[in-house]
Amino acid sequence: MIQAHDLSKSYGSARAVDGLTFDVEPGRVTGFLGPNGAGKSTTMRMILGLDTPSRGSVTVNGRAYGEIRRPLHEVGAVLETRAVHGGRSSFNHLLCLAQSNGIDRSRVSAVLDLVGLDKVARRHVGAFSLGMSQRLGLAAALLGDPPVLLCDEPVNGLDPEGIVWIRTFLRERAAEGRTVFVSSHLMSEMALTADHLIVVGRGRLIADASVSDIIERHSANSVLVRSPVVRQLAALLDQRGADVSLNLADDSLIVTGLSASAVGDLAVAHGLAVHELVSRQASLEEAFMELTRNSVDFRPEAAA
Amino acid sequence: MTTSIVGERTTIGFGNVLLSEWTKLRSVRSAYWTALVAVLATIVVGALISHQQANQIIIGKDSLDGFDATLTSLNGIYLAQIAVGALGVLVISSEYGTGMIRATMSAVPQRRIVLAAKGIVFAGCTLVIGEASSFAAFAVGQRLLLPAHAGVSLTDPGALRATVGGGLYLTAIGLLGFGLGALIRHTAGALSAFFGVLFATTALVDLLPTNWRNHVINYMPANAGSQIISVIHTRNALPPWTGLGVLCLYATVALIAAATLVTRRDV
Repeated sequence: MIQAHDLSKSYGSARAVDGLTFDVEPGRVTGFLGPNGAGKSTTMRMILGLDTPSRGSVTVNGRAYGEIRRPLHEVGAVLETRAVHGGRSSFNHLLCLAQSNGIDRSRVSAVLDLVGLDKVARRHVGAFSLGMSQRLGLAAALLGDPPVLLCDEPVNGLDPEGIVWIRTFLRERAAEGRTVFVSSHLMSEMALTADHLIVVGRGRLIADASVSDIIERHSANSVLVRSPVVRQLAALLDQRGADVSLNLADDSLIVTGLSASAVGDLAVAHGLAVHELVSRQASLEEAFMELTRNSVDFRPEAAA
Repeated sequence: MTTSIVGERTTIGFGNVLLSEWTKLRSVRSAYWTALVAVLATIVVGALISHQQANQIIIGKDSLDGFDATLTSLNGIYLAQIAVGALGVLVISSEYGTGMIRATMSAVPQRRIVLAAKGIVFAGCTLVIGEASSFAAFAVGQRLLLPAHAGVSLTDPGALRATVGGGLYLTAIGLLGFGLGALIRHTAGALSAFFGVLFATTALVDLLPTNWRNHVINYMPANAGSQIISVIHTRNALPPWTGLGVLCLYATVALIAAATLVTRRDV
């Protein structure tokens, strides 16, 4: 359980994190979603006591991080992937972290087994691929068998196999009853990994709800209609109060506010031909774009 | 939930952190290379200079009058200090550079404990290696000075103090590097600061008026600290232990500044 209250961090006049209040519950994967620069990593660092909040507080299992007696037994974190000394072997990298919290050497071998790095335990970390480094990060996080796991952008730069592995891995940890908090700027990835989402933009909380709720609430479902008489159909739909956007190039309409069946019935009742009628469910990606529309710092003109 | 309850049993002990830092230091090859350079520099340079001095004395170019046989054999320490200081900087700055420091500080949130453990492990290793190479350099150097009848033994006045002092001097220099590394956190910046404090300050002192300079120069870290490895001192120089104390003061200032800031700054 992670609890943030009015958590804020300013760098000079810039507010990286601005009054975040949220709970991260155990037993499910909570996605921490936002565009790049939304304050996700800063929030993660504040949870771990690495950055001091300018205002507000955050606790892990009811305690400020600095008061936790043996942190590796409480919280496992994966921050930057390559944050290791390249000249050290993965075994020694994990060993020095383990020893600092009085964790036995046999546990180091166990976590290397768990993430599938046991064969390269003695190899220098500098020669590791991104996927292997990511696994090493997870191994370090698991050293103390902690009930809380934090991962900052764990799938960044991974190949599809690695992504699936991490996704499955995190879901399994949540199923064991752990608190799993995963940041990402990829909505599509979070749709597959997370049960619950905390969405931030420009350091502020935008949404805190289940994945299905967010899709439902923030993405209007629409109907695509293709017809030889689009103009008449558009006028008719407009009278019925639907939002219509007309595309004369391919004689199509995008209708929101009416269901596909209602659109079809209306066309039949007025004797208008319809060649195509498709109900479209907005993706989580669209919901995310909609949610963060006003919170993206720098947006390319064309994409706006 | 299979979370271990042992986690609640005790807090992190200083011994845990010491062990962790020892593992860190011994598990990178660069530490061994730097230590080897320091050992070889101390012994080989000391041997070369001793050999050359012996020849000069034999052919009558140098006299035994005012000749410091102990210092001659320990001359390599001036080269070794560069390797030791750089290693002192790197043991901490490389952790900041790679980002490993965030793993370290989240595993042990008591940052001063981390800093202290790292400093003690590094200083301990430097002391052992420094003393061993200092004594080895003395033995080799005196053996080479023997043909010129210029050699001394550890029982001669000041010789033992200077030889023991060689290891102490290297340790103090190492801690100065470590303190600057912990304070500045960037490898390049900290190395520049270290060399600046060690060498450039001495050059800057030359800009002072002569009567000031002759006084101030004795308090520069390398000049002050290295009095401990001399047996025969120039008239104005600081006494050996006072000189070493002044060098330790520089290191202490850097260490205290680092320890003060480490809890205030974001990692």
